[in-house]
Amino acid sequence: MTNTPRTLFEKIWDNHVVVHENGNPAVLYIDLHLVHEVTSPQAFTGLREKGLTVRRPSQTLATMDHGIPTTPPDVPITDMMIVKQISQLEKNCAEFGIPLMGMDSPNRGIVHVIGPELGATQPGMTIVCGDSHTATHGAFGALAFGIGTSEIEHVLATQSLLQQKPKSMEIRVEGALQPGVTAKDIILAIIARIGIGGGTGYVVEYTGSAIRSLNMEERMTVCNMSIEGGARAGMVAPDETTFEFLANRPLSPRGKAWDAAVAQWRQLRTDDGAQYDHTITLNADDLTPMITYGTNPGMGMKITDTIPDPADVADVSARQSLQKALDYMDLQPGKPLLGHPVDVVFLGSCTNSRLHDLRQAASVLKGRKVAPGVRMMVVPGSQQVKMQAEAEGLDKIFIEAGAEWRESGCSMCIAMNGDQLSPGQVAVSTSNRNFEGRQGSGGRTFLASPLTAAASAIEGAVADVRKYIA
Amino acid sequence: MNPFTTFIGKIVSIPTENIDTDQIIPAQFLKVTDKNGLGKNLFFNWRYLPDGSPNPDFVLNRAQAQGAQILVAGDNFGCGSSREHAPWALAAFGFRAIISTGFADIFRNNSLKNGLLPIIVDKDTHRQLQSLAEEDPETRVTINLPDQTITLPDGRTVNFPIDPFSKHCMVNGIDQLGYLREHLSAIEKYEQSHPQRVKTI
Ligand code: SF4
Repeated sequence: MTNTPRTLFEKIWDNHVVVHENGNPAVLYIDLHLVHEVTSPQAFTGLREKGLTVRRPSQTLATMDHGIPTTPPDVPITDMMIVKQISQLEKNCAEFGIPLMGMDSPNRGIVHVIGPELGATQPGMTIVCGDSHTATHGAFGALAFGIGTSEIEHVLATQSLLQQKPKSMEIRVEGALQPGVTAKDIILAIIARIGIGGGTGYVVEYTGSAIRSLNMEERMTVCNMSIEGGARAGMVAPDETTFEFLANRPLSPRGKAWDAAVAQWRQLRTDDGAQYDHTITLNADDLTPMITYGTNPGMGMKITDTIPDPADVADVSARQSLQKALDYMDLQPGKPLLGHPVDVVFLGSCTNSRLHDLRQAASVLKGRKVAPGVRMMVVPGSQQVKMQAEAEGLDKIFIEAGAEWRESGCSMCIAMNGDQLSPGQVAVSTSNRNFEGRQGSGGRTFLASPLTAAASAIEGAVADVRKYIA
Repeated sequence: MNPFTTFIGKIVSIPTENIDTDQIIPAQFLKVTDKNGLGKNLFFNWRYLPDGSPNPDFVLNRAQAQGAQILVAGDNFGCGSSREHAPWALAAFGFRAIISTGFADIFRNNSLKNGLLPIIVDKDTHRQLQSLAEEDPETRVTINLPDQTITLPDGRTVNFPIDPFSKHCMVNGIDQLGYLREHLSAIEKYEQSHPQRVKTI
């Protein structure tokens, strides 16, 4: 086996197969299981009903992020269902011995932000979580994917999962990004190209010079939205950028163990001659800021483009879907999105809520004001991100511009906690989903980068950030 | 999980493509800590008007949807989040099978663990089922999982794919956790030969 050239994905897969009986799915070992309050309660109930325990609490990490409020800590939570979910997670973690980054923990945050931040996410691992954006962790050269609640119970009980081996896809991005173009624009362009089902059944490896030159936070943004292209997992081979990010994190290896780990991690790359099942290439030089106009993340375009016309779409169901989306979004075919009025700007979510994202948005907002009547919410991805941003004075830039500076959490990305759009409101959002009602029933979402979000906040309308960049 | 073998069920069609899990069950209903009661919130934003009354234009609110057990849906059904609440809600409404030209991976996995059968058919069969549902709301088809077939009212039988393991578990009503637990000694061996890669405690 060692002589056959293998992809990065195959190396990690092979290294985690416990048993693979003919015709059955493989029993795949899981190194790290991340848990949050919304998709886990029924799994713990299942364990109790069957009289089972958690096999490896020390390979499990829990936090609360989806439903928790982003208001100041002294404001009591009024939604009793959220209160119950929180106390349920506290109880489950206490009973089964799982470490919990709870409400008062300085390490609490969006599960996909804190894993890397703590150094729990490491190259070569298998990582799962009851959340589809687990693909984020693939930025470290891990095989990371979202699972359902039944599978959460499986992993809690056995530290393993039954998996059919997915196919592999290479998405190669060569070249250099122009000013004002970000990792978010890369992934939005990829999804616009392959469609939201284009990656179904695949694990994606992102390669090429444009990906190599991204920092870890940017790589996470790209991998994060793999699921929006239908792929359960996206990954980037680890390199010096990865090692530098992980050095001295709380859960990273130390001393000799660090050196040994890095030596192993260097082997984690696709061998010359290894075959992907499918390859797609993109040229980074051609990319511009992107924005979505429709009700799925595949409905994206260059920010200077005009909204497509359903009349030009040959396939009947695709035409109907586009028409339905434009009706929901209240948009006219052939018109530009630039200049379209915006009510809310949301800077946050596991896609774009890390320090780099906040710095980028702040660089545009510094010394400028959010347009009158526009609500801009800035929600850091974790309490650590919040503290670091405050240490740099980013909070002041946002507040002086007229934006809200919130506690960390998923917030308006999923709109479970009261942070939401009102019916008919239009948002430019740095999150990952523009589905109908995703950010609040009747709300309309344009997905874009933190730079585009900041420029749009200033103009109170969809804006091209490039004019703000010297 | 009850064994799933063969049954004759009424179909109902929602032809929209890329129906995401946020449409199947919006996030406000994920605050539950059990699996019950989600059927009434299935397709909530399509099914109810802003004042909370049923939307008469939505197919599940029509008389024909009463007792429907098979949903015929547009391509890439169940894309989006990993919420298992989606198959829970579909099953609680009474659906036992979804027929589409494609499913999102996580949704398909979740459904198979909840006795909800995702059936992939070719475009022509899909189109035929859609028109049948529109022409005659009482249209019924036979689903036979052991044979991996659906039989249309005109007697035409169409095969559908499913991996042998999922089929075995569904036909016999077996919880997949049982199979995993049979391998605990192999898992333990794996742990002994592979040092723990991270320690969270
Ligand atoms: S930020 Fe949004 S996409 Fe990310 S984990 Fe939270 S709800 Fe999911």
